[in-house]
Amino acid sequence: MAKLDRLQKLTILADAAKYDASCASSGSIKRNSKSSGGIGSTTGMGICHSYAPDGQCISLLKILLTNVCMFDCHYCINRSSSDVRRAAFTVDEVVDLTMDFYKRNYIEGLFLSSGIIRSPDYTMEMLVQVAKKLRIEHKFGGYIHLKTIPEADPALLADAGLYADRLSINIELPSDAAIAEFAPEKSGPLIRKTMADLSGRITEAKVERRKSRKAPLFAPGGHSTQMIVGADASDDAAILQTSAKLYTGVGLKRVYYSAFSPIPDASKRLPLAAPPLMREHRLYQADWMLRFYGFSVGEIIANAQGGLLDLDVDPKMAWALMNRQSFPVDLNRAPREMLLRVPGLGTKGVGAVVRARRFGRLRLADVERLCRSTRKMRPWIIAEDWHPGARLDSDMLRAQMARPAKQMDLFAA
Amino acid sequence: MIRIALAAETDIAGWRDAARGLLRAQIAPADVDWQVGRDSLFDHAGDDRSSVGGRANDIPPPRGPQPVISKELLRQIETALLHSDPERFALGYRIVYRAQSEPKIFLNPADPDMHRLRGLSKSIRRDIHKMHAFVRFRKIGSDENGRESFVAWFEPEHHITLAVAPFFRNRFTGMNWLIVTPEASIAWDGQTLATGPGGAKSDVPQEDAVEAEWKAYYGAIFNPARLKTKAMLAEMPAKYWKNLPEAALIPGLTREAETRMNAMIDKEQTAAIAIKDVMAPAQAHGFTDLDSLYKALSAATDYPQEDFSPTLVPGEGPGDAPMMFVGEQPGDQEDQAGRPFVGPAGQLLDRALAAASVNRDQAYVTNAVKRFKFVQRGKRRIHSKPSNQDVEYYRWWLEQERQIVQPQVIVALGATAVRALTGKSLTISRNRSQLIDYRDGAKLLITVHPSYLLRLPDGAGQKVEYEKFLRDLAMAQSALAA
Repeated sequence: MAKLDRLQKLTILADAAKYDASCASSGSIKRNSKSSGGIGSTTGMGICHSYAPDGQCISLLKILLTNVCMFDCHYCINRSSSDVRRAAFTVDEVVDLTMDFYKRNYIEGLFLSSGIIRSPDYTMEMLVQVAKKLRIEHKFGGYIHLKTIPEADPALLADAGLYADRLSINIELPSDAAIAEFAPEKSGPLIRKTMADLSGRITEAKVERRKSRKAPLFAPGGHSTQMIVGADASDDAAILQTSAKLYTGVGLKRVYYSAFSPIPDASKRLPLAAPPLMREHRLYQADWMLRFYGFSVGEIIANAQGGLLDLDVDPKMAWALMNRQSFPVDLNRAPREMLLRVPGLGTKGVGAVVRARRFGRLRLADVERLCRSTRKMRPWIIAEDWHPGARLDSDMLRAQMARPAKQMDLFAA
Repeated sequence: MIRIALAAETDIAGWRDAARGLLRAQIAPADVDWQVGRDSLFDHAGDDRSSVGGRANDIPPPRGPQPVISKELLRQIETALLHSDPERFALGYRIVYRAQSEPKIFLNPADPDMHRLRGLSKSIRRDIHKMHAFVRFRKIGSDENGRESFVAWFEPEHHITLAVAPFFRNRFTGMNWLIVTPEASIAWDGQTLATGPGGAKSDVPQEDAVEAEWKAYYGAIFNPARLKTKAMLAEMPAKYWKNLPEAALIPGLTREAETRMNAMIDKEQTAAIAIKDVMAPAQAHGFTDLDSLYKALSAATDYPQEDFSPTLVPGEGPGDAPMMFVGEQPGDQEDQAGRPFVGPAGQLLDRALAAASVNRDQAYVTNAVKRFKFVQRGKRRIHSKPSNQDVEYYRWWLEQERQIVQPQVIVALGATAVRALTGKSLTISRNRSQLIDYRDGAKLLITVHPSYLLRLPDGAGQKVEYEKFLRDLAMAQSALAA
């Protein structure tokens, strides 16, 4: 085979990396190059430098070091039995590409993952080398996210945390049984153990940092994971329960959900259909409810038919429809916890309502100024000049609140 | 009506001074007309207080005490003043005027003036954020020390160019850069952050070598199965596209997305492997047992002889075994013993069969090529891969062997066995680990040769591959039970 140039390798190894949903460059420390004289900064909030037509933010250079892999995970385009074209970057190629892209302001940094070649240790060592070279030789101050390999030596993970802003290990599937079936070389217990180890190191480094500014950083952007939705038979209830356990048990910063989408040369054991994007969206909404709105998994899935979230209304709306006795909520009196449960009222909206009602009783017109829209909210709230009356008990309410029919595609011929 | 002429669109200091004077003179907001001086429209010294001094004389003398404005409120207003809305100066003054009697006004998000101000500062923050994101540098060269120089063209919506300069300095400290906008330009040379007049798109280079790679990346990272153009447009409106090199790809990627996804789905549905019988149907041969078959084979004299040991190594195991293993060829030890799979690879196979609970006594083991091919190196005989012609010679005999044993499952160990059994060179990795329909209702399972496992350099890697091998053997075993 002819030797591939950097552009060809990039095309193959970016294509191989796109099934990782995360592209976040947020949540790390603030850093800049003013004193180092190098290149790169992080603002803490992340920047999306472009958007692909799939609506995904392009923040990081998201590539694999190589898509050659010993593992044979069914859902993965890079599994050893797949027919995809293979390529491998050298450490220097990844480093140069990252710097070239960063200096042109295309990216916030690098998200590097890899197929497992030779051995987990060997692969992990290469990933760490890339991060180390960027930080030390190139004084690179941008964002680095490294995928970690649970099977690798813990000492290598410890090294990775010194240079990376974020580390992640993909759990991929919600149950150990599904992992054993679809990713036979991986092990659920080992993944969770490694996550717990990472969590311990991250917390420890934070404590040390509080004592001394000179203490080394360890993955200041935390760690995250990804679960594939729709590849196996797990329902939303199982997925959300796994997420809740990961958030509380191993201190994850984020769980990403990735609707299983058809891949070239897919394993025959997987569904061949358009990805369940709406299901993925509902899971993200439910995830938000867990983390920011004070809901428990039990409440969210209490009315989920067959363990699946309602696709027509968002999960918060679904909860409200099933718990109408808790409404209407008086925006001028209700405690914050109850405001957070009002459909159509987000965390920012709740904050604005609480601040604004100190200045006087809120009318609907005031609420319109505080929130983007009151369409979803109206049946559920009381304001100074507004009461939903019988609407709340109407049989039509669910139909009124359901998402409108799909709009025409802007680019459709 | 008092007319206040500010020096420039970004003359925030001028607005601040004028607002102070107006407040002290207790002038109602409705009596002030804010304008940006026509003569100074192209004056970019936004922070230059002296340019305002003369005009401040139009303000009547103070009537009250020094006005008090909260720092936080002033910060919010000054952000909003970068907006291109011509009403912004009047809005800012109205709010500071009202703040004299309602000092906490800025804490009330429901107040209509504050709501409007928030709207302005929100679009400023967005514009700044988009400038951070969408500036695209192009390299123009580097000096003798290797310090590189870059230039970019950008068209912000509001008057934010000077406000973003520190961000770019802190991020791109280690290179020289210049950002040109229609209204102003900012530059960094490693020492000072300089500002200058605006320019035109033609002032900056129109290409950069790395852009081709960036476009390739943009095209490759896009997943055609998840087309969501609305979400893209919400965050990257078409007005920015003209200065983004990658945006040129959007129409094409969008148009082809559905075709590409359907192609992936369709391909999968037809991708099942079909092993067609490519070998001519075996002639009626008259062999009914293995003994007579091997007698005939050893009597044949037309076999390939060059580099081969003369010893014929027959298959071994029950003549009616339900499972048949086909390897490549005998090795040095097999050649000496005259029995298949007794060397290191055979021992590994035995271990694996035991680990995968496959009954060794039920298995018939044989090789695609029945004699040892080697090259002599000193005292050692080094294994040499049989050629396609070698395989072709023994293929017919292997098929006779299969017809006598009539196994339910045939396990092809390695590429040579696959070629002998199917007549094709199939990739092991793509075709292994599945039960493929074979002749006479038998199943074929393709896997690696045990000697491959022995050759792997690394302990951990060996373990992974060995586990896979075990799973393949277990799969073969399960097909028997079924």
